[in-house]
Amino acid sequence: MAKKPISLTVDGVRYADDVEPRTLLVQYLREQLGKTGTLVGCDTTNCGACTVHLDGRSIKSCTMFAVQADGHEVTTIEGIAAADGTLHPMQQAFHECHALQCGFCTPGMIMQSIDLANEHPEPDEATVRENLEGNLCRCTGYQNIVKAVQAGAKEMGGAAAPASTEAGVA
Amino acid sequence: MTVTEIGAPRRRKEDQRLITGRSRYTDNMVLPGMLHLAMVRSPFAHARITNIDSSEASAASGVVSVITGADVADIQGSLPNAWPITPDQKAPPHPAIAVDRVAFAGEVVAVVVARSKKEAQDAADLVDVDYDELPVLLDLEDAEKDTVLAHPDLGTNRSALWVFDSGEAGTGGDVERALAHADAADDEIRVDRTYYQQRLIPAFMEPRSTVVDPTSEQITMWSATQVPHILRLMLALTLGIPESKVRVIAPDVGGGFGGKLQVTPEEVITMLAARRTGKPCKYTETRSESLVAAHHGRAQVQRLSLSATRDGVVTGLKVALLADMGAYLGLVTSGVPILGAFMFPAIYKIPAYRFECTNLFTNKVWTDAYRGAGRPEATFAIERLMDDLAAELDMDPIELRRKNWITHEEFPFTTVCGLEYDSGNYEAATARALELFGYDELRAEQKRRRDEGDPVQLGIGVSTFTEMCGLAPSRVLGSLDYGAGGWEYAQVRMLPTGNVEVVTGVSAHGQGHETAWSQIVADRLGVPFENVEVLHGDTAIAQKGLDTYGSRSLAVGGMAVVAAADKVIAKAKVIAAHLLEAAEDDLEFADGTFTVRGTDQGVGLGEVSLATFAAHNLPDGVEPSLDSDATFDPENFSFPHGTHLAAMEVDTETGQVTLRKYVCVDDIGNVVNPLIVEGQVHGGLAQGIAQALFEEAVHDDAGTLVTGSFVDYLVPSAADLPAFVTDRTETASTTNALGVKGVGEAGTIASTPAIVNGVIDAVRHLGVDDILMPCSPSRVWAALQGADKGRGAEAAAPTVNSPEVAERDVASTGAVQTGTDEGTAQ
Ligand code: FES
Ligand code: FES
Repeated sequence: MAKKPISLTVDGVRYADDVEPRTLLVQYLREQLGKTGTLVGCDTTNCGACTVHLDGRSIKSCTMFAVQADGHEVTTIEGIAAADGTLHPMQQAFHECHALQCGFCTPGMIMQSIDLANEHPEPDEATVRENLEGNLCRCTGYQNIVKAVQAGAKEMGGAAAPASTEAGVA
Repeated sequence: MTVTEIGAPRRRKEDQRLITGRSRYTDNMVLPGMLHLAMVRSPFAHARITNIDSSEASAASGVVSVITGADVADIQGSLPNAWPITPDQKAPPHPAIAVDRVAFAGEVVAVVVARSKKEAQDAADLVDVDYDELPVLLDLEDAEKDTVLAHPDLGTNRSALWVFDSGEAGTGGDVERALAHADAADDEIRVDRTYYQQRLIPAFMEPRSTVVDPTSEQITMWSATQVPHILRLMLALTLGIPESKVRVIAPDVGGGFGGKLQVTPEEVITMLAARRTGKPCKYTETRSESLVAAHHGRAQVQRLSLSATRDGVVTGLKVALLADMGAYLGLVTSGVPILGAFMFPAIYKIPAYRFECTNLFTNKVWTDAYRGAGRPEATFAIERLMDDLAAELDMDPIELRRKNWITHEEFPFTTVCGLEYDSGNYEAATARALELFGYDELRAEQKRRRDEGDPVQLGIGVSTFTEMCGLAPSRVLGSLDYGAGGWEYAQVRMLPTGNVEVVTGVSAHGQGHETAWSQIVADRLGVPFENVEVLHGDTAIAQKGLDTYGSRSLAVGGMAVVAAADKVIAKAKVIAAHLLEAAEDDLEFADGTFTVRGTDQGVGLGEVSLATFAAHNLPDGVEPSLDSDATFDPENFSFPHGTHLAAMEVDTETGQVTLRKYVCVDDIGNVVNPLIVEGQVHGGLAQGIAQALFEEAVHDDAGTLVTGSFVDYLVPSAADLPAFVTDRTETASTTNALGVKGVGEAGTIASTPAIVNGVIDAVRHLGVDDILMPCSPSRVWAALQGADKGRGAEAAAPTVNSPEVAERDVASTGAVQTGTDEGTAQ
């Protein structure tokens, strides 16, 4: 199949590559760039494991072709920590709130949550749950993810957003 | 300062790589010259393969090899069933690649090996397979009749019949007599019910993936598996390769829930392809493949009879199960229902009990372990039955349970199955749950809504449970004809610097062993948590082990770590005494230091370790190095328990079910890390609630999986679930030194009956006393419509695994609304 040239920025680095037009963005990221932090959990755009940012907004990278990302800026889970390795507040919040178990949904969850927090600086529980509808997690039951998103959003600059449900083990 | 790591809410060590995208899932592996596999799968549930033409595929770009079942018929062996539950158990051969017949839709019939994944997938479409369709058997109750056969050559659909009878075993009375007595006596009652456990799909988020590197003397396999040790052994046995020639690595594994407790055809096939081509080979399934071809769970018809006095004391319980094996026996397929056999009597003093299970084949992918394996099915049935009995007797369901449960003073208690429950306090957990729930207020609201004829009715679902965890005493497993033991292995190595390496035979797929084991060792040895490194999931490093399933990691694997650490301390003490020129008996060990009693003289474990490394000054006969390994074989299971309560709103006009409040109080004994425990409970609840409300593997008449993607297999999202109120009581297990019981399955086991009991409680007064799972709006609505036509929903209710089930309107079951009055546990 004839390849098409694309050029784009991924995690701050500029790439010019040739790809088959049918190559999904996630395949390009994983297989061609070795950005294996972005994961694939389904083939129907339902799980959200592949979520990355395109020009700052979250998208499912299994749902667009690499050629469509031509000229755009992509950020993956590998590109959100500071250059010195300091974790992004949302990454830190996921860790602090024990919002992951097997970790497979986690990169996608974090990328989606950052976008969510940019949109809703003080998200209440219902907002978080609604906005995470496209990201499936089989391990956590979501409770700690919701907590983490609220805590991460707060750290990202939103005003105090108290967790509406602080249910926990006594 | 005393180290108190046990019980500390430590943040997990394993998070760092997972939150930064540096995870090591199998599909991330790339090896030089690696080839890729694509499977050709049967679209038919039952058919003869009459011809396979792979010439076009073989000639396609990038294709290195196309392998059919006939090509490897003499070397692929038969996939293992490690649990032949009866000596005369029947099982068809189970080839990794079907040779002349397929027995479920999705079975592999050919494999394409190519330079890239895309080329492999493209060429797979070019493999031309001719089939002659055979009659398809899907329904369990049909399977019982043997009119259609899932495997014509077997002559029957019955794989095995397994029976336990307390009268015959001498552990209790004769249940037939108890039931007959209840029929005859005025002051007794008999309740007969049939419940259905729908087929579920474990649906771990990481699709299964395998990489095999055959390019060195020892073949290395990376696989998304829960059971690297068992996999290595079984691969060796299946393929006739010496075990020493195979190394299995389970790197980061993205969830399992029993679904990765298997030797999969795909693992065997990747191994065959790698050996055939001499090149590293990778296979990663798509989600659609995962849903059709990774094993399913549950799938039982449960026929129950219960006798009780009219004041609510149970006198006998009879259980007859039909268990769907699917088309083949996987690793523990046949044993799953038997794990449930021991759990039907649950927390109750049942004086007479009979259990029989008929294992039946159907033309669907095989069933095997799924979170709880046998115990959720059993708990569901007995908890539904207790509610039905309470309703018949017009008694509060909590009161009924109180009348029958084992009281705190009665522990240890030998059950009618012969299990010894070591500890528990059902009253304490229940009292706490009722308080957090606001039981009396909600009952008052329920009454008010009933009186007012509110279109939205309130139901309260109760579920009390116990389970057997810590699988298992090897002797018990032997008596049940299980093919392996239940022990576990650990090694604790002091390094010259004073750091510690811990090797464990149980490898995690999300459970946080690296953190919990670090806590155990830090606590035991008195070294900093940060100084402990935990290694697992590689048969070359963890040389022995029986792997991770059945909530056995902590109660068995954690205890092996304790045993190994204690051996290290014992050896260190000999050396410390020598270094301090003191008698061993005069030394005490605390906080990582040996001190001579009554003096300030002491030596730290790190110094002892360095001394064993330098080995300049060791007592005679003491070997250099300070490490030790140990195996632990438990003497008994552990028995977590708990009480779960759900408040369900049911809209009688639409059938919409809303989970308004969920409270659970679990008793899992002592706790090593409360954060991890809480996370396990949340995740378990989500899966149990999903069985009650969302999930079901649905097949059409031809045996095609209709719920073949996440579009229609409804794994709940955050929007589908509420926040949970969780709390604990702690009754230490007396059968292990940590006092731990296990938590991985508790939430799943208890929540399904709590939710369904709540839904039925909301509408029972309207004449509905049964609704099949998942309780989708369409089913609830249909049950309400049929309520005046006899026994509740049964008129409208299709049988489990019946094609009729496919009628459900998946779109309408999208979301259960979540309520807002979740509380906070203190
Ligand atoms: S892999 Fe993209 S949504 Fe599932
Ligand atoms: S942490 Fe396992 S899927 Fe979310």
